[in-house]
Amino acid sequence: MNYTFHWLPAFRALPEMLWGALVTLEIAVLSMVLGVLFAVLLAVGASSQYRIFRAAAVSWVELARNTPALFQIYMAYFGLGSLGIHLDSFVALLAGITFNNAGYLAETFRGGLRAVPQTQVRAARSLGMGQIQAFRLVVMPQMFRIVFYPLTNQMVWAILMTSLGVIVGLNNDLTGVTQEYNVRSFRTFEYFALAAVIYYLLAKFVTVSARLMAWRLFRY
Amino acid sequence: MFSSLFETSFSANDLMFMLKGAGVTLMLTFWAVLGGTLLGVVFGVIRAISPWWVNAPLGAVLDVFRSIPLLIQLVVANSFKTIVGIHWSPFTVGCVVLALYMSAYCTEIVRSGFLAVPTTTRRAARSLGLSWRQDLTEIVFPIALRVALPSWIGLTLGVMKDTAMVWWIGVVELLRSSQVIVTRIQEPLFVLSIAGLIYFLMSFPIARLGARLEKRWREND
Repeated sequence: MNYTFHWLPAFRALPEMLWGALVTLEIAVLSMVLGVLFAVLLAVGASSQYRIFRAAAVSWVELARNTPALFQIYMAYFGLGSLGIHLDSFVALLAGITFNNAGYLAETFRGGLRAVPQTQVRAARSLGMGQIQAFRLVVMPQMFRIVFYPLTNQMVWAILMTSLGVIVGLNNDLTGVTQEYNVRSFRTFEYFALAAVIYYLLAKFVTVSARLMAWRLFRY
Repeated sequence: MFSSLFETSFSANDLMFMLKGAGVTLMLTFWAVLGGTLLGVVFGVIRAISPWWVNAPLGAVLDVFRSIPLLIQLVVANSFKTIVGIHWSPFTVGCVVLALYMSAYCTEIVRSGFLAVPTTTRRAARSLGLSWRQDLTEIVFPIALRVALPSWIGLTLGVMKDTAMVWWIGVVELLRSSQVIVTRIQEPLFVLSIAGLIYFLMSFPIARLGARLEKRWREND
């Protein structure tokens, strides 16, 4: 092994990489917020009485779950380009991850909805609650408790998926910044090992804060 | 614009090239799943039966693989390989990294399957005269398998989809081969759709099978 590690340049790049981590977090949060919105629509659509909504929801979910996330990002970046829709790499990455998140979360929400027994809704209604009240006060809190853990899991997934942005040319997220430094100096191992540490800390930050939130939210 | 939708310079040779890429994807998946499952079963059982001072460090190490993007793991492993002077092909590196990555998830699946077997059931087995080994092979294993298999199928499909990232270190698999063709004939939407269709056909039937198994086995609970 005749290789000398040069950690100093990597540490010099650290401030810029941390700014990149912020962009990574931003994309992940945005994709989760949009993903949850679409997932709710998909979960509602999948149980709609209109066939066209059902078909659209089911094909979205199955496509999102049965093709690679990288493929979905490619489709947003290169595929839509040939239809004349040119997204820049940030938007394409966001669109790809949102598509993916929505597909997975729709299934989660459907499971969560099904896990709350119908008898509870009936009980709430017979106590005089309206339909919306029953959903908001009885179904929602229980469903939220069930989907909370899968939701945080998906958040970690979203952070990990943002690293794919570099493949469609994103250069200001954590992986993108790392790659920019890498092509200038070819200290691949040092830069990417440092990036790995930052990603690990980001993921831990999400899981730990989710655990604290769960502890605060779900006690009687 | 519409003429370009129906006329294509995509040839049968190109399709063969992509199918060959799909073959590489399947080979990567096969080795990764084989290695990942073997390691995962070993680690999972260790995590389920060992005291906390073995369990906690093992869990922490495996957690690293689940908290770092696979792309970064591949790049780090690939450059580390060069540093220590192991001469592995990118394909081998891809298989090894994917196997470790899979083992981290598989460990959790095996562990939760193992822990899903009620202690009372195991005690009953032991008091009926079954040995420790018989208890494991005749009681724990069949019950744990039912709990774990649907998630394992999901994980396998996940790994199959994640092999798409391996092209970053220089393996020409399905997605990369479609990129090669796109660069030549400049019809990204069409070529990518074919790639997507192939992925879908490889994944969807097995996903359905997993969902069906899960449903059927739940009825017997």
